[in-house]
Amino acid sequence: MSVQFLTYLFVGLTFSLYIGIAIWSRAGTTKEFYVAGGGVPPLLNGMATAADWMSAASFLSMAGIIAFMGRDGMVYLMGWTGGYVLLALLLAPYLRKFGEFTVPDFVGERYYSSAARVVAVVCLIFVSFTYVAGQMRGVGIVFSQFLNIDITYGVMVGMGVVFIYAVLGGMKGITYTQVAQYCVLIFAFLVPAIFISIMMTGNPVPQLGFGSALSDGSGMYLLDKLDHVLVDLGFAEYTAGQKSTIDVFAITAALMVGTAGLPHVIVRFFTVPKVSDARLSAGYALVFIALLYTTAPAVAAFARANFVSEIHNSQYTEVPEWFQSWEDVGLLAWSDKNGDGVIQYGPGNAFSPAKPQFVEGRGAHGERLLANGATSSVNEVYVDRDIMVLANPEIARLPNWVIALVAAGGLAAALSTAAGLLLVISTSVSHDLMRKTFMPSITDKQELLYARCAAAVAIVIAGLFGIFPPAFVAQVVAFAFGLAAASFFPAILMGIFYKRMNREGAIAGMVSGLTFTFLYIVWFKFVSPETNSADHWLFGISPEGIGTVGMVLNFAVAFTVARFTAPPPDHVQDLVDDIRIPTGARVAHKH
Amino acid sequence: MSDDPRPQEGESEIYSHDEATNVVAPSGHEGEVLDEDKAKAYWQANIALVLKLLAVWFLASFGAGILLGPVLDGFHLFGFKLGFWFAQQGSIYIFVALIFIYVWRMKKLEARFGLDDSPEEGAVK
Repeated sequence: MSVQFLTYLFVGLTFSLYIGIAIWSRAGTTKEFYVAGGGVPPLLNGMATAADWMSAASFLSMAGIIAFMGRDGMVYLMGWTGGYVLLALLLAPYLRKFGEFTVPDFVGERYYSSAARVVAVVCLIFVSFTYVAGQMRGVGIVFSQFLNIDITYGVMVGMGVVFIYAVLGGMKGITYTQVAQYCVLIFAFLVPAIFISIMMTGNPVPQLGFGSALSDGSGMYLLDKLDHVLVDLGFAEYTAGQKSTIDVFAITAALMVGTAGLPHVIVRFFTVPKVSDARLSAGYALVFIALLYTTAPAVAAFARANFVSEIHNSQYTEVPEWFQSWEDVGLLAWSDKNGDGVIQYGPGNAFSPAKPQFVEGRGAHGERLLANGATSSVNEVYVDRDIMVLANPEIARLPNWVIALVAAGGLAAALSTAAGLLLVISTSVSHDLMRKTFMPSITDKQELLYARCAAAVAIVIAGLFGIFPPAFVAQVVAFAFGLAAASFFPAILMGIFYKRMNREGAIAGMVSGLTFTFLYIVWFKFVSPETNSADHWLFGISPEGIGTVGMVLNFAVAFTVARFTAPPPDHVQDLVDDIRIPTGARVAHKH
Repeated sequence: MSDDPRPQEGESEIYSHDEATNVVAPSGHEGEVLDEDKAKAYWQANIALVLKLLAVWFLASFGAGILLGPVLDGFHLFGFKLGFWFAQQGSIYIFVALIFIYVWRMKKLEARFGLDDSPEEGAVK
């Protein structure tokens, strides 16, 4: 059976499964729509959280990025997992005890202020839309690459599916589809990884194969060989870092803290029955996430080693078939700069501009012709980083059904994250803006209707972002984590652990952390991108890591302002006492 | 939870306070009153535990993975340089372990203070 037929089959089957689950788990009340009725078992919530968290980028791009960053890829690996420790120990159990529906809810109640609530809603919408735009684009790319469907139609199909289960089922529908999507995506990620690990090292566990000797008879460890080969080609060692220590430190911290402050992740812990379940499900979530996150660096090393050994110094006419098939898609390009018919791979951009601009026709060896000019480097190859995951099944010569599985897995990762983000956007509009701020008299039924309408509108906007991607999407990912780190995390943390923190301090902290982080990123990414280098950065910290400084600023401003303004009212102090106790028992107060 | 007699001042268009509607599942401790000293002791024990675990969290990631990476690279674990292994594998395993240790220790702590939220155990007490 052809790859295309199998891909249609797998994608069709998984989509029917998601829609079936949506119909089975319709939401009837706002509580079901917002938090799945608060009755999701911790294990299932852990799976749903993992799917919610792992996006198209984690599934399709992360291993490829690590393959080219080498050791520095640790900022993503530690940053995107370490945040769960903060979430489990510092936030999730208390927010669950608080017992409301959204993150702005907590900020608004704890800081007894509609202004704080609205600031939180604005941050939430900004962070979530930044993130969702990439997901919808991911859906479109998978459709266009695996099914030869135009990106526009691909995005529309994705929108349709999310529409059905998010608008109909709300959090309840999303939760159970995310459980199914987790199973699909992890299976699709692990199968090729296991096979490629066996192929290269003979060890079926990628996490161990990564540190094993190669099975090519040389007896050399994979990582040692990779270091050697890359250094010979003029690259840096794979296992040595290139970024400065302070920048690695700041980026890792910003990603960790940002992860713990992302509303669509936090809200998942509102869906379990008890406080102890919130802790436990954070543990399960990290197990499920770690399964992919410890496999990804192994895949990265395998893929890089494999790519170099199969491509470099090979006759173009004799390279494996996958090279040409991904060249056809546009993710690989080769230009025979020195006219010897042999592919030379090395550091630096092969062409200028760096991205290939294909023109009609084929060259002397059958390669696609390019309009790009050649650079002076010996490198003749353009590689899109996503290829490291997408082409893995073919590189490992796996059967067609595995390739189809990767397509279904990529879609599952993108859709599950998109749905979670769209839900927090819609609930923050219907609950925090409508019910709690502007129209307090609406009934539960009306609120539910508003929630569904808001979800529908959010899906359409997200889809438009996917079809007409704003040029800045790739550049603004730093925003989502930086802003979450500089705004939500400090506000929530101080709300739980520092009873004296008041409205004035929290708002001043959030606004200054946000403004600083926002302006720093805008300056280096948009206003003055030519100065975006370590010489000009504050303390040598890149825009990706600046959220850490924004967070410190938030804390400093909040503490200072709170010291000089009135303490929070008694009922808010009582609220803090209550959320610190895991059960329904109340604390006797001696005010 | 709605017996709050305090005046709801400040509730106009600026701020409206709603009672929670996603309350945690019944634990058998409803209506119990915890005296302030006991609540304080529980909270301090919790903070002490969290600080210890976060110290390990910091040492595993920022310590072994980043700051001490170059030093640890002098040691090897199979084909890994040790610092590299912490940065791309080991720290993640430690994170997972930390959360489960926290779950387990909090369960013990809450049982000691009579605050565990599993209905079965709550009923026995």
